[in-house]
Amino acid sequence: MSVLVFVEGAGGEIKKSSLEAVGYASALAKKINTQAVALVIGNYSDDQINSLGKFGASKVLSCKNDKLSQPLPMPYASVIAEAAKKENADTIILSRSSVVDAIASRLALKLGAGIVTNVVDLPDLSSGFKVKKSIYTGKAFAFYDLTSPKKVITISKNAFSAIEGSGSATVEAFDPQLADSDFKVQIKETQKATGDVLLTEADIVVSGGRGLKGPENWNLVIDLAKALGAATGCSKPVSDLDWRPHHEHVGQTGVKVSPNLYIALGISGAIQHLAGVNSSKVIVVVNKDPEAPFFKAADYGIVGDVFEVVPKLIEAAKALK
Amino acid sequence: MKILVCISNVPDTTSKISFTDNNTKLNTSGIQFIIGPYDEYALSRAIELKEAAGGTVTVLNVGEADTEPTIRKALAIGADDAIRVNAFPKDAFYVASQIAAIAKSENYDLILMGRESIDYNSGLVHGLVGELLGIPSVSPVMKLDVEGGKAVMSREIEGGKEIVEASLPLVAGCQEPIAEWKIPNMRGIMSARTKPLKVVEPASVTDNIKLLNYELPAPKGACKMIDASTPEKLFDLLKNEAKVL
Repeated sequence: MSVLVFVEGAGGEIKKSSLEAVGYASALAKKINTQAVALVIGNYSDDQINSLGKFGASKVLSCKNDKLSQPLPMPYASVIAEAAKKENADTIILSRSSVVDAIASRLALKLGAGIVTNVVDLPDLSSGFKVKKSIYTGKAFAFYDLTSPKKVITISKNAFSAIEGSGSATVEAFDPQLADSDFKVQIKETQKATGDVLLTEADIVVSGGRGLKGPENWNLVIDLAKALGAATGCSKPVSDLDWRPHHEHVGQTGVKVSPNLYIALGISGAIQHLAGVNSSKVIVVVNKDPEAPFFKAADYGIVGDVFEVVPKLIEAAKALK
Repeated sequence: MKILVCISNVPDTTSKISFTDNNTKLNTSGIQFIIGPYDEYALSRAIELKEAAGGTVTVLNVGEADTEPTIRKALAIGADDAIRVNAFPKDAFYVASQIAAIAKSENYDLILMGRESIDYNSGLVHGLVGELLGIPSVSPVMKLDVEGGKAVMSREIEGGKEIVEASLPLVAGCQEPIAEWKIPNMRGIMSARTKPLKVVEPASVTDNIKLLNYELPAPKGACKMIDASTPEKLFDLLKNEAKVL
């Protein structure tokens, strides 16, 4: 028996959220006296693959196949299911993302497993297999008991810290047969912003709203983000107005983020925006309106004009280094 | 083209969430229920596709009788007919099994729905339906066109997008900006009352997860204010008090 964890990368590097998933799988494996096996699909350096041992994997299955260079749900679900069978894994852990939703759902059916997504804590094994899941876009939690012998869990980003230790893992090549019938969806073109910090993976996010008055003022958001090593986001009106691309829209119908630090500049804090940020650890709001609802959800607030306050913040952030 | 749009009946995005019955039931008092916002994007795109190329749009909801106003709204927006599977939508696997049971005999070209429901945020139903029917599924889809039996889509990925192609039949989990929401007009609202709404009993499904209870997050403490003349003090606090820098 073992706990299998699926590891994803971005730009040749293993994602922080995947390291969190490895840490989660390893902590769960310890609770049930077994080992965590990590499955990596894609081409990663030996250093990257070996680092999985430091985060708690006892064994790494490395699957390198050019047909799997993009995360397509059907073949990925098949490969993970094969790995689960090979390793006799009853529980499979994945870090939640929109791509992983599509993979995990198919994986659960292939294994006849119960599935719970957006899990925020280790399972309680005192009676059954009880997990806590975030629901209503962060406004509440639900507890579920997974009653089937096989279980698939996707964990919410930044809910579980990845702690680097000194462990090491054995690495094994894994080369399962791929079925042509799994390649019915074809990727024709990928358009990806490169060099930026990924919004969903970032420890710090700086977002701007309509208070910035126009796309020409976005250097305030970008410069503060750069000085802090943060990703940039925006409110829905800003992406609706095409001031910023849609993939930066943070909120109920956009990207949900859960960074350690979320800084909102000139965003009033409509409930739909709050739904996308309410699982952030610390929230800072800069807004000239002291009545802005965002202050009620914030940990730190500055009532002031973003055009006066933010340049000072940028200078101070640069001086932090 | 024959299109099925699966809609969820969910609390409006501005709802304050609370629970009753010892934290085992949603407190629905004062809550307005709506078509899931992502599902409504899917519905709007389905109607656009029908208007452009002909065909039918059927909406499907798994829910008890109290979801009928939401289904009627989907008919007012422009769906031709509706099916309600008469059951509480207890989890993603249950809902997907009901959808698949209906879709199996109907040969839909496209099965559209939102990328996730905004109540349970699981994001699983489209993938589950695809797997149950043995057909491809793509999510989250921001653009969808059909040409010569093929769907060409733009799928959002972290930090960008991809153009993907797949043959029909296909399941797609949709999100904005796939279409503009449509406001029902008076004629739509009137005709919705008489459009067919078929109620079917659920297929039996073996549970593999069980909902135990709900919990609300711990209340947020007061916001600490920093004077706008010395904003740099923020970083001292973030570093030494909140310890996030």
